[in-house]
Amino acid sequence: MSNRTFIMACLAPLLVFSLAFLALPLVRLFLASGEGDAGWAIYLDILRKPRYLNTLILTVLVSLATTFAALAVSTTAGMFLVRNRFRGRGTLLSVLTLPLAFPGVVVGFLIILLGGRQGLVNQLTPNHVVFAYSALGLFLGYLYFSIPRVLLTVMAAAEKLDPSLEEAARTMGASPYRVVVDVILPGLMPSLIASGAIAFATAMGAFGTAFTLATDIDVIPMVIYTEFTLSANIAMAAALSIVLGIITWILLLIARSLSGSTVAAGG
Amino acid sequence: MTLRLTNTAKTYPDGTKALLSTELSVAKGEIVSLLGPSGCGKTTLLRIIAGLEKPDASSEIWFDDDNVTTLPVERRQVGMVFQSYALFPNMSVRANIGYGLKMQRLSKPEIDARVTEVLEMCQLQPFAGRAITALSGGQRQRVALARAIAPRPRLLLLDEPLSALDASLRETLRDELAILLRKFDITAIFVTHDQDEAMAIADRVAVMSHGRVVQSGTPEDLYRNPTSAFVAGFVGNAMTLRGRVKGSTLHLDGGVLPLPKDGTGQTVFVRAEDVRIVEDGPLRGKVETVTFLGTHYRIGLSGITAEGLASIHSGQTAPKVGTTVHVAVEPAALMLLPEEAGAA
Amino acid sequence: MLSSKTKILQLIVTLSACAFLLVPTILSVMAGVTANYFKGISSGLTLKWIYRVWELYADSIFLSLWLAFACLICTLIIGLPAAYGLARNPGWLSRLLEEFISLPLAVPGLALALALLQLYGSMKGFRASWTFILVGHVLYTLPFMVRSILAVLGAMDLKTLEEGAATLGASPWQRFRDIVVPNAMPGILAGALTVVTLSIGEFNLTWMLHTPYLKTLPVGLADSYASMRLEIASAYTLVFFVLIVPLLMAMQWASARAQRIAK
Repeated sequence: MSNRTFIMACLAPLLVFSLAFLALPLVRLFLASGEGDAGWAIYLDILRKPRYLNTLILTVLVSLATTFAALAVSTTAGMFLVRNRFRGRGTLLSVLTLPLAFPGVVVGFLIILLGGRQGLVNQLTPNHVVFAYSALGLFLGYLYFSIPRVLLTVMAAAEKLDPSLEEAARTMGASPYRVVVDVILPGLMPSLIASGAIAFATAMGAFGTAFTLATDIDVIPMVIYTEFTLSANIAMAAALSIVLGIITWILLLIARSLSGSTVAAGG
Repeated sequence: MTLRLTNTAKTYPDGTKALLSTELSVAKGEIVSLLGPSGCGKTTLLRIIAGLEKPDASSEIWFDDDNVTTLPVERRQVGMVFQSYALFPNMSVRANIGYGLKMQRLSKPEIDARVTEVLEMCQLQPFAGRAITALSGGQRQRVALARAIAPRPRLLLLDEPLSALDASLRETLRDELAILLRKFDITAIFVTHDQDEAMAIADRVAVMSHGRVVQSGTPEDLYRNPTSAFVAGFVGNAMTLRGRVKGSTLHLDGGVLPLPKDGTGQTVFVRAEDVRIVEDGPLRGKVETVTFLGTHYRIGLSGITAEGLASIHSGQTAPKVGTTVHVAVEPAALMLLPEEAGAA
Repeated sequence: MLSSKTKILQLIVTLSACAFLLVPTILSVMAGVTANYFKGISSGLTLKWIYRVWELYADSIFLSLWLAFACLICTLIIGLPAAYGLARNPGWLSRLLEEFISLPLAVPGLALALALLQLYGSMKGFRASWTFILVGHVLYTLPFMVRSILAVLGAMDLKTLEEGAATLGASPWQRFRDIVVPNAMPGILAGALTVVTLSIGEFNLTWMLHTPYLKTLPVGLADSYASMRLEIASAYTLVFFVLIVPLLMAMQWASARAQRIAK
């Protein structure tokens, strides 16, 4: 067997598997989206029908809020952990990356323990606050699994920042605040955009957390799920899946071209 | 083993001709060097012989009486030392050297015996159990050689085997390699861009330029009787004496030189060691630079040819910069080569 | 470098984030071993909820372990040669293929599950068997395996190493076995731990693909959150933590090591 044949044979299982279980199913999904009563106009329905449009807007808003909150928290913590060496630093880092392996359902449950009917906040506050099942709960759940993803990307970029740039700025008389604005943030910008895109895409597509928490509010993944299982509106479920898939795929493509890595999505 | 290449060429899919039609024969036990600047096709030729590169359809490669043109590399029984050594980082020195023997399905005791023998020959016994990463550059080079030689290949191929080493080590290992290759008594081809290396190691040097072998011969032969300006320049750094040739005299800015024969239509070359500063020389030049090199001086002269001329001057003292000196060149030391080749 | 006031602010943010991530986890662990969570820790510590979880969900725990193992084997069989093929055959076609198989990283699991259901849902035997869930898990974890190995292979001069082996008489298969696989080991290890960790925790695809008789650990978790008392749900979560946290640690260690070697 020649070298070339051997290399092709090595790629064959992958080709067969991804054709059978990725390419063909996705084509079938796309075709299914046009098989409803509305035909291909179903994609317009997403924007025309308030139920879908409002859900889409809410999903985007919660995801955006998650993204910016995660960026703020993780960049601050990440810069602190990169720049300071102290006892317990490793432990803090482990804690902050812990949620990487938690499925969305578990994150949802943890938010319930925090803000649910039997939750900690309920017991501690005088007027028994319950927030787990609202948009706030969803936001906190998404934030929970976004923090480690953003943190790892930002820390990787911060390790590569050249400290002499900051020193140069300081010798030229820049205040610590100006150094952050003029040197550190521009240096981190590609990784901030990349990890922001990852956080946003993960939040948009998160199903497990929404499944546990979103009893009162609708987000896109929940609508896909209910359209499919309860209403048997397969065309709409397929169409929404395709739209969601394209949005998250493009975002992660941007993220990867900027940072060169993707942290496992899971929410 | 004798090697014979006929009409061997390599054209890349984009039309680039890496190697023009080449004929090459290597006798049994001969050590041949492929010498040339980078991009001249010497490595391509070596890789074609190894079977790592597929030559054009017309090509034929013979090992003794076997036509190996279509034989894949793993069945050609060649040993190869790579420029980067390509030692397997997942194996010890011993396992690297034994790998080729394992591929020949020799029994374990046989492999052990042969590896030990090769380790001894290359003076690598103290490093046998080491990881590749724990070796110095020179040690790696020897392991690469030992690994190539252990399976007793029909032909040993070396691709710039010394270029990854630093200058001081290179010279020591060059002589060591020359001795080892003769001890192995094997037909070998090695590629280099360094003329000193080629001359020190090879029985015969094939000088390559622009995808073809321009001249092949013993080191002395190439040095004394180059057939082209390229070889004259590349082997021994000959300088052009650009002037007007009138019959058997050469008229230069700094005077007139007698030629050994009629030089019409020829370009004249000379080497720095043949440019002698003497009191009654026929040429006059001005000393521009004097470089002391221990055993001799290298003196840069202007006013003789437009490009300037260098002279190797031995003696206790050298002329001062700025003085005018007389220079002589023996007619026998002048090399006359066809003009069209002078353009190369 | 920065003033100590800024540093303190940074420390506060870092510690708050840690608290936000850690407090509910501790609550969950505590709830799992408390006799009555509503009454609090004063009701006493107990392992009875863990036993209950074992009675109720042992099957789903074993199914998840079995799936993770089968998924690892599949991703190795498909991913290892594929990573080698992609590394040895660089070019736009390989880039495209790599990009394509990475789609499951980007496209939500829900959409992938829906696509699989659309095409294969009517094949009853396949749909109802554990292999259907396996396909989903392999689909989702395969890109991690391929990229992990590819990163290590891409960092070494694979072509020359293989040429070295070829001149010594090794066939393509022998080169793959003796040179490629041993040198790719750090990437294989990191990829394998990632695959197992992700497979055990996978919910989005599995929830859509599972049947009432085939519940994986996370599916069982969702089930317990919806229908069991808080203590049992917490105890089950505790079991999951015990399983997944060491795997996560090992995975992070192996990935960092592979990255170091790749550099």
